[in-house]
Amino acid sequence: MKYILMLASDEAGKDESAEAVAMAGCGGWTEEMEGRGVLQASIGLRPADDATTVRVRDGEVLLTDGPFAETKDQIGGVSLIECADLAEAAEVAAKHPWAAFGQIEVRPVWEP
Amino acid sequence: MTAEVEAAVATAFREEWGRIVATLIRITGDWDLAEECAQDAFTLAVPRWERDGIPRRPGAWLTTVARNRATDLLRREAVGAAKLREAAMLASDPDPGGPADDSARDSGVRDDRLRLMFTCCHPALAFESQVALTLRTLAGLTTAEIARAFLVPEPTMSRRLVRAKQKIRNAGIPYRVPPAHLLPERTTAVLGVVYLLFNEGYSASAGADLTRRNLSAEAIRLGRTLAELMPDEPEALGLLALMLLHDARRATRADEAGDLVTLEDQDRTRWDAGEIAEGTQLVERALRRGNAGPYQIQAAIAACHTEARDAADTDWPQIAALYGHLAKLVPSAVVELNRAVAVAMAEGPAAGLPLVEALETALPGYYLLPATRADLLRRLGRTGDAATAYREALALAPTESEIRYLRKRLDAIS
Repeated sequence: MKYILMLASDEAGKDESAEAVAMAGCGGWTEEMEGRGVLQASIGLRPADDATTVRVRDGEVLLTDGPFAETKDQIGGVSLIECADLAEAAEVAAKHPWAAFGQIEVRPVWEP
Repeated sequence: MTAEVEAAVATAFREEWGRIVATLIRITGDWDLAEECAQDAFTLAVPRWERDGIPRRPGAWLTTVARNRATDLLRREAVGAAKLREAAMLASDPDPGGPADDSARDSGVRDDRLRLMFTCCHPALAFESQVALTLRTLAGLTTAEIARAFLVPEPTMSRRLVRAKQKIRNAGIPYRVPPAHLLPERTTAVLGVVYLLFNEGYSASAGADLTRRNLSAEAIRLGRTLAELMPDEPEALGLLALMLLHDARRATRADEAGDLVTLEDQDRTRWDAGEIAEGTQLVERALRRGNAGPYQIQAAIAACHTEARDAADTDWPQIAALYGHLAKLVPSAVVELNRAVAVAMAEGPAAGLPLVEALETALPGYYLLPATRADLLRRLGRTGDAATAYREALALAPTESEIRYLRKRLDAIS
């Protein structure tokens, strides 16, 4: 099964850890998961401050500054993984250093 | 520097700054670099024009120098290579961004400077950032001036501008003239830019000049163009009316020594009857649409003043009510302060004083707060307290003219 890992953390807390983790190739996690054939794609995102939200209402395109939800935690990166089941996906997510300071949402990919 | 060169550089700055920065932004995609190179071109203009004479087309001279400077700087960094190719390509374009391109036709905005303002006010930036960035980039206002206009400390405004430019770079916001159907969502910000430009010209936030005539005149011109462009937008009419009604009193706002004269003591026979007639007619036309926004209400307040024969004849209860209405639309401590003044005029200083005192924490560092408190205390006969408040105001007053006015008031009661 395919899952998306959404890596979220509190940007306001300005944990440089997030950046440090990304710079360090996620502490060997990337290599390990690639080696296991689990990791298919991974991307890091710029902070939510740089986000723009798009809506179309009554045929009009509306742009607003910032993320769609002003929550404490914001998505900082996503990874696409291929696992046997949620148990394996959770195990993979738990190994990611991000899980130690932020949180990781594991979401199954829609596969009709 | 000779007076002639000085005047030519000043005129070029007023007329060409925004256009030059905009051209450089289009070429390099780098807002900081654009501003820096435009600044360098103006700095270089002084010795060069003194040596070689003032060029026939100062704008073209400055644009070329600024563009060459950008080319030099970009050549030094590898990442500049792509931008540089683009700059070389555009350099062969005889008049980039000028009447030759399609932006005037697509946007329907024929006025060059207004079109650049609509371009700068991109909705992917926060509203205040759009306005601040446009004032900085196109109108050439300093960060300190913009900070005062928004009533925030200068470092805060500085951070906001840096942040806005970062987002432009990181999010890939293009510097492109919006087509006509995208203008409405940017109108509020553009009106805000014009309004603050007028204000900066009307009551210069620092320095010896109480009025920087040019900035206000340019704001009125832009307001007029906007009102013609959007005859169905009552706030555009309201803003133009507001500016005209204020500008009508310009000649009487300072005495021969350049000292501030308050509304109460202004020579009303010297107010500009033409501007008052036009402004009054415009605000009435706008209000008939039954959609009163902040500019229309402020224009209506200004009209209450210009209609009155003297300060005593002024309809203060009506003004207090209008400020009350305005405060509901745009909750602001400055509006509350003005309402307090109107209440004090309508019902006496004792009614206004507690309203002023309630704003103490909301307006730190705003000299008109202690100045107003001082005035009410003086009228209540509490001279000692009034003197203390005048001294507080003196420490915060931004221009020489206001300092002299406050000192006069203080001397009169001491």
